[in-house]
Amino acid sequence: MSDWKPNIVVFACNWCTYQGADLAGILRCDYPSTISIIRVPCTGCVEPEFIVAALKNGADGVFVGGCHPGDCHYQEGNNKAAARFKLLKTVLTEMGFEPDRVRMEWISGSEGKRFAETMTEFNESIERIGPNPIGRYINGG
Amino acid sequence: MPKIGVYICHCGENIAGAINIEEVRAYAAGLPDVKVVRDYLFMCSDPGQELIKQDLKEDLVDRVVVAACTPRTHEPVFRKTLEDGGLNKYLVEMANIRDQDSWVHWNDKDGATRKAEKLIGSAVAKAFLLEPLRERFVEVTRASLVIGAGVTGMFAALDLAEMGYKVYLVDRNPSVGGNMAKLDRTFPTNDCSACILTPVMVQVGNHPNIELLTFSEIESVDGSIGNFKVKVRRKQTYVDWNRCTGCGDCVKACPHEVADEFNQGMYNRKAVYIEFPQAVPRKAVVDAAHCLNCAGRDFGTQPRLHSKTGEPVAAPCEKTCKTGACDRSVAYNPRGEVVELNVGTIITAAGFKAMDKHPFKEYSPESPNVITSLELERLLAATGPTQGELKRLSDGKTPDTVAFISCVGSRDKHHHTYCSKVCCMYMLKEARLVKRKCPDTNVFIFFIDVRTGGKDFEEYYNYCRDLGVRVIRGRVGAVDELSGDRLRVRAYDVDIAGPVELESDLVVLATAMEPPTGLKELARKLGVTCGAEGFLKEAHTKLYPVETSVRGIYIAGCVQGPKDIPESVSQARAASSAAAIPLTLGRVAVDPLTSEIDQEKCSGCGICVPLCPYSAIKIISLGEILRARIDEALCAGCGVCAAACPSRAVKLHGFTAEQIEAQIEALTIAAGDASGA
Repeated sequence: MSDWKPNIVVFACNWCTYQGADLAGILRCDYPSTISIIRVPCTGCVEPEFIVAALKNGADGVFVGGCHPGDCHYQEGNNKAAARFKLLKTVLTEMGFEPDRVRMEWISGSEGKRFAETMTEFNESIERIGPNPIGRYINGG
Repeated sequence: MPKIGVYICHCGENIAGAINIEEVRAYAAGLPDVKVVRDYLFMCSDPGQELIKQDLKEDLVDRVVVAACTPRTHEPVFRKTLEDGGLNKYLVEMANIRDQDSWVHWNDKDGATRKAEKLIGSAVAKAFLLEPLRERFVEVTRASLVIGAGVTGMFAALDLAEMGYKVYLVDRNPSVGGNMAKLDRTFPTNDCSACILTPVMVQVGNHPNIELLTFSEIESVDGSIGNFKVKVRRKQTYVDWNRCTGCGDCVKACPHEVADEFNQGMYNRKAVYIEFPQAVPRKAVVDAAHCLNCAGRDFGTQPRLHSKTGEPVAAPCEKTCKTGACDRSVAYNPRGEVVELNVGTIITAAGFKAMDKHPFKEYSPESPNVITSLELERLLAATGPTQGELKRLSDGKTPDTVAFISCVGSRDKHHHTYCSKVCCMYMLKEARLVKRKCPDTNVFIFFIDVRTGGKDFEEYYNYCRDLGVRVIRGRVGAVDELSGDRLRVRAYDVDIAGPVELESDLVVLATAMEPPTGLKELARKLGVTCGAEGFLKEAHTKLYPVETSVRGIYIAGCVQGPKDIPESVSQARAASSAAAIPLTLGRVAVDPLTSEIDQEKCSGCGICVPLCPYSAIKIISLGEILRARIDEALCAGCGVCAAACPSRAVKLHGFTAEQIEAQIEALTIAAGDASGA
């Protein structure tokens, strides 16, 4: 267990957070390699089911990154995502997942440094929470 | 079954330096349905692309995964490769193992390699489910918007206008001209700035294809290449510009003076003012915040009547105005009016801001004899506060000694780490102008380095030294105010390896070029990225220097980073030619990454209809039953409807739920997650 490292899935909107992640690369801002990004056009297309699926498959953390309020490339996809996300968080506890395993934040395309900092910090917070409890069942089965 | 080919790019050392290509290759080869795995030094190069094309032609693969840099810049390249290889161009998926892997995990080689495997696994999983798509075309509105009417914006607008396209030229100031209009002379030819700029301003003002929208700000930008809808707020001038002839009578009559922004606050202007003598359009503006509303004439009120004569009592400005442009009985909307423009392309040339001197406490910024180089520029200019005479504003004395300090705010980790590029040259120019006006003045320039790269620049520097301008290499530590209005400059001279002190009458700070005020907000509205230093970011530093990450939006001039006038003008003309391409084509191909409704699955519940920000979804009746249908031309492909559909009847092409779920699985279970924990 001591060498356990989290596995974190990030849904990044193509117009903001994905660009921010690219900028982190251009600026060579280090962050943990535990983070893998799935590119989506908008956080508005991220079904809550995707987040649940990631957790059910054993992801230790799920991060959804989109445009700042008012900046959505599709007018208000981020607001819709935020509304769904809020609901999802309340259900996660019922499913046996710590709600802090999932997080949604607005990171713009110019916030490369902030992307790296946020990822580092999110990784740390997942490390504190510990491995996804579902792993035990998968292993047990 | 799809046959997937994985092509791993080394990107020179960029990827191969952190990621063990051999291990990744072996991993990829073990993934289901992967038939071919190849790696190459530069996958985007011709021979690299040839590898893919060859495999396509030999029918070894029919789905392509390129593990390389970001799809934001290179997806179009590889789509073209597929097209050339005879495959539908949407059957490629990229794994971003450079920008989002090797570059950010450079110090964690093993982690970077494992992550590359995961990202490739994710891309392969998605590629397996990719479907061929047909691109669609949109008509292009044959007009362009240029934001910022400095020398860059004006040249960009003129070129497009000359090509026959309608151009809207927007600037937040009352006049076009930008920062260049404030300069006295320009290096390396010492041309009078106004003399070379004014004809361009006039040309812009008169061009039948250019519509000037000065004293205006961008309110919002919607739409995409070919059809941008831009709302521009025309700020309230409180003067009817249709009637104003720019005679300046109201300015003379106005009794109230306030600091003049054009002269860097070193001089006063009236509350009603014309920005500067050569202003285009030459129109007056009332600065409502400072207007005294003489004779009780608030805007939108009727004049009171004179107690004796019974005549209406007008404010001085309206009394003197012969055309009725100054009419204070009009109830002006203080927020101005919003106009809506439809354009096909946008060029951003918002320019720069010269840094203020006040953050530099060590240089006694409170002293009136410590000025910025732009302030000196105004002191040297014939239209400036001293009518071009070199004298201190504090006491009117001509300085015996002038000291210039370079890199104030530039190349300084406390302010801006970048080099502002033009300061060395403009300090030399200003030193020459000082020497020309007052040959006996002692001029000292403190440099960290003299950077005079550019055509004729080194010769210019040598000539300055011949004139007797003294160059001291070393950083200035402090400027102290001495009694008797002199200033003491304390510096370290690296050539004599010791501290030096100099008494001076005037100290000029070559302050950095900064992104203009509000650029971040403008970038947000445009959806364009700012770099770490705050300037707008080009799509690719070397190959696409005037394009941005948003198709149809281009950048030119100092808004992209510090540069001099020749460079800004070159970039303006480059941007205008890039922006003219879609206008000339008349229609552009757009990705068919839109949503479609599976009529079999749709229950006609209508949940999706109000969610669509583009009103692209309608409920139609097929006989007895109701079904939702998406208008492909209106759909922008956000996927909000797909995420909301309870029947999963909406398919967002390019990002289907099945594809994303396959990626999730590849990044978790399939990557060995949960098993080794």
